[in-house]
Amino acid sequence: MWSFSKIANIIHEWLSQTFNVTWTTIIEMVIAGVAVISLFAVLGLVLVIMERKVSAWMQIRLGPNRVGPKGLLQSLADTLKLLVKEGMTPNGADKFLFNLAPFIAMMVAMLLLAPIAFAKDFQLWDLNIGVLYVSAISSISVISILMAGWASNNKYSLLGAMRSGAQIVSYELSAGLSVLAIVVLTGSLQLSEIVNSQANGWWIFKGHIPAIIAFITFIIAVTAETNRAPFDLAEAESELTAGFHTEYSGMKFALFFLAEYANVFIVCAIGATLFLGGWMPFHIGNWNGFNNIMDWIPSSVWFFGKTFFLIFLIMWFRWTFPRLRIDQLLNLEWKYLLPISMVNILLVTAMAILKWHF
Amino acid sequence: MDLFLLQVTNTAAEASTSANYFPIGIQFLFAIVFVAVMIALTHWLGPKRKTADKLANFESGIEQVGNARQPMAIKYFLVAILFVLFDVEVIFFYPYAVNFKSLGWGGFAAVLMFVGFFLAGFYYIIKKGALDWED
Repeated sequence: MWSFSKIANIIHEWLSQTFNVTWTTIIEMVIAGVAVISLFAVLGLVLVIMERKVSAWMQIRLGPNRVGPKGLLQSLADTLKLLVKEGMTPNGADKFLFNLAPFIAMMVAMLLLAPIAFAKDFQLWDLNIGVLYVSAISSISVISILMAGWASNNKYSLLGAMRSGAQIVSYELSAGLSVLAIVVLTGSLQLSEIVNSQANGWWIFKGHIPAIIAFITFIIAVTAETNRAPFDLAEAESELTAGFHTEYSGMKFALFFLAEYANVFIVCAIGATLFLGGWMPFHIGNWNGFNNIMDWIPSSVWFFGKTFFLIFLIMWFRWTFPRLRIDQLLNLEWKYLLPISMVNILLVTAMAILKWHF
Repeated sequence: MDLFLLQVTNTAAEASTSANYFPIGIQFLFAIVFVAVMIALTHWLGPKRKTADKLANFESGIEQVGNARQPMAIKYFLVAILFVLFDVEVIFFYPYAVNFKSLGWGGFAAVLMFVGFFLAGFYYIIKKGALDWED
């Protein structure tokens, strides 16, 4: 059967037969880079159409249905339209920072893709401090938002940037702590090892109640960190026009948009890796027949299935909860989530020392 | 007590070589090139008809009043400063989370004390009203 790792191996063997070691490495890096960029483009298109279709489905309407079969090419058409729009820099803006902000937003999203395990034995870069790397890089994204908001010299942008500055940094605390709960259970920061530790059951099942608390905290925190409703104060359309990217137009706006959707994908992929077993299939104890059927499904299908399930969950939130006010938002984090996740991590540690988990 | 930070599978020498981080440099380059190409493409394809009205900042259709870069509510900055304090404490958990098995109950007691200090500071900022938005 075909799998990602097999294809990668075939390419690697062919390259190492044809070229010497240095060139093989360089060509493989180029292939990986191009693959990441195309994954990015595809993700952006798929997630935008998915968002619109899901919201249409929840509001019992059709959603985009004109361009292509069932409207599936709508986001491609939108991208083309944005590409031929005029990209402007407003008069009062700080020109350098204004143009630098989309670069940073995109770079953060792209660097975060590197340590994610997409399928069995298929990972761009198996870093030994994977979890730390992810939390370190993802905290840079707030700089791009603050930069965009401040450089625009627009009141809406500045308000949006200030709000998201306070919001993203606050929710990073509980996101970091809930991720740490899984690090404690696994004893490793390497993402491939975290996945392998879930071969006999995903952490959300093996880790008892503390793992479930950590999962819920993680989902709430990443929804806030990616500026998704009900925590979309940074770009609240109905009060701040478009928040920090009000002044951006054309492709610069599209890059912010793309980075935002890529970030949603990445945090859901991290959540799937840590709590739902990454590419590990679903197994039930000793039911060998059932387990064999589950093994037959390719690992990449498992990974993307779990990730898109989490993405669907986050889209579902958007149409379920009304937007919070900034003080309610910060109260939720500082007075509830942070103490809960702090105590939770102590619980997990005590549980792991007593070896109560499976 | 020997604490080896962030050593999971590799030895210290292996984990800290810069060659391990080479792929990230490539990824970084590709990201810059991708964004640059996109912005250059839109610059090349899009129209360039700039007028004074178009380049004015958007203020819901009315005339722009003053500069946007005015003093903001101090609360936002207070939250950012509190974050710096608390995030450093979260970072201290990483080495412990990896090594807690060899440290056992002694390490757990130490972390309990650490979290105790953490919560004392937390109680202080709540009582001080640092997170109250109503004046």
